[in-house]
Amino acid sequence: MSSIIEFRNVSRWYGNVVAVNDITMDIGPGVTGLLGPNGAGKSTILHMIAGFLAPSRGTLTLDGTQPWKNPDIYRRLGLVPERDSVYAFLTGAQFVTATAKLHKLPEPSRSAAWAIGLTEMAEAQDRKIATYSKGMRQRIKVAAALVHDPEILLLDEPFNGMDPRQRLHMMDLLSRLGDEGRTILFSSHILEEVERLSGTIQVMVAGRLAASGDFRAIRRLMTSRPHVFHVRTTDDRRLAAALVGRDYTHAVELTGKGLQVRTSDFGAFCEQIAVITRDENIRLTELLPTDESLESVFGYLIAN
Amino acid sequence: MLNLTVAGITVRATLGRRRAFLFAVPAVILIVLTLVLRASHPAAGAAWPDTVLGTFGFSVLLPLTALIIGTGVLGAEIDDGSVVHLLATPVRRADVIITKFAVAVGLTAAFAALPELIAGLLAPHSGKLAVALFAGALVGSVVYSALFVFLSVVTTRAIAFGLLYVAIWEGALSNVVGGVRILSIAHYALGVANAIDPDQNLQAGLGLSTSLILGAVITVGGLYLATRRLETFSLAGDPA
Repeated sequence: MSSIIEFRNVSRWYGNVVAVNDITMDIGPGVTGLLGPNGAGKSTILHMIAGFLAPSRGTLTLDGTQPWKNPDIYRRLGLVPERDSVYAFLTGAQFVTATAKLHKLPEPSRSAAWAIGLTEMAEAQDRKIATYSKGMRQRIKVAAALVHDPEILLLDEPFNGMDPRQRLHMMDLLSRLGDEGRTILFSSHILEEVERLSGTIQVMVAGRLAASGDFRAIRRLMTSRPHVFHVRTTDDRRLAAALVGRDYTHAVELTGKGLQVRTSDFGAFCEQIAVITRDENIRLTELLPTDESLESVFGYLIAN
Repeated sequence: MLNLTVAGITVRATLGRRRAFLFAVPAVILIVLTLVLRASHPAAGAAWPDTVLGTFGFSVLLPLTALIIGTGVLGAEIDDGSVVHLLATPVRRADVIITKFAVAVGLTAAFAALPELIAGLLAPHSGKLAVALFAGALVGSVVYSALFVFLSVVTTRAIAFGLLYVAIWEGALSNVVGGVRILSIAHYALGVANAIDPDQNLQAGLGLSTSLILGAVITVGGLYLATRRLETFSLAGDPA
């Protein structure tokens, strides 16, 4: 995957406070989630990419060009800021059309209609933004950021204030935009959002990049942490006895609904479980990794 | 270059805010006061037109109107964060500043210089004085707007600093210490007005050329520095 956004030893500090500490990462086409708790440095990262903050140290480039003091990058970049402030006295259509005009698009009204359609805001486009709900404001901001059809889209906590239906629609839209080859980077502190939308994550903890890459690969790389599986078979007790003697088995617990197996080696367990059940003549009916959520990855990264 | 989209949004935003009421009030007061005095003191040679049009007009109406408008055209967007939607486009920062400045000048002229002209024409036998004060107020609108737009880009306390400048520097110090007038926009405006219609009661202490040159230096310098500052506009992040 070719990288579009490149961080090389980037740090950013405010006085004595370090917001981003020596980050090196590459972000390419597709949807990438920037995950971390509040204050982890996610917004600082996005603001630097968007040219609204200069790195204190290191280099940051977008396809080889530096975004800081370079308004030309906005021809190919769209930004959806977290702050909920828009020109509330304009209607949604006026706001998006004005943005299209600022981009000097040849047909601003048509571009605005396209972007408003993408975000399903057509019905409310003639209402003043002041009357919009928080979720609608988010969507009209996304429409404005998309109006010039940018290659790179940055979204700071885009799902804030959206109801579940709007959230699903926005996830679908971002997935589609990513599949079309755009570089979509969004920040979130909600694990479920990142997990559902993005296979690639950058995990920020206390200003540092704690993990980077495919979500599940990152999880598997952390071999020192036991992985938990929920297993159901035709003979749970027999399987438990067979697993107890294995090196990679950390603990086995019989629950009312099957087995809870904690293993210190994700790969070995996945490989051997099929062999053991076959050898023991047990039928495996369910094998479910129960801690594959980002919550567990996140907790582990913070703790370590 | 003037950006009409930015100008349109700025005019709507400025006139739509609650503070629009603030800059309309002094203009209304000036005109109402003139009407009342014209009815009560209609005699030719009365001194009140100088006091009302000159002193109130140039010491209160013009600077306060310019302050509220000049600090609001861009400063309000910076304060509430909506400026990001404008700056996340390829519009040149110089164009943003020039457009905001032009809107500020236009609105200040409409709400300060124009009422000054109207009041001058309503006052008895003050036709030439009205034109002179109108021209002076126009010059003042330009220079004040540049200064206040600049202040709004460099500080979030632009109104406080602007008030200190108008009240302390121009209102108090420049009337006591003559040399202070060289950095007083109100006196540049009076200098222009006096050059058109010399009036003993409205001495600026500055000649026309001095007023124009110093006014031009502050205007160009203010806009240049505001542009440079806007080019490095930063969004606060989230310190870890």
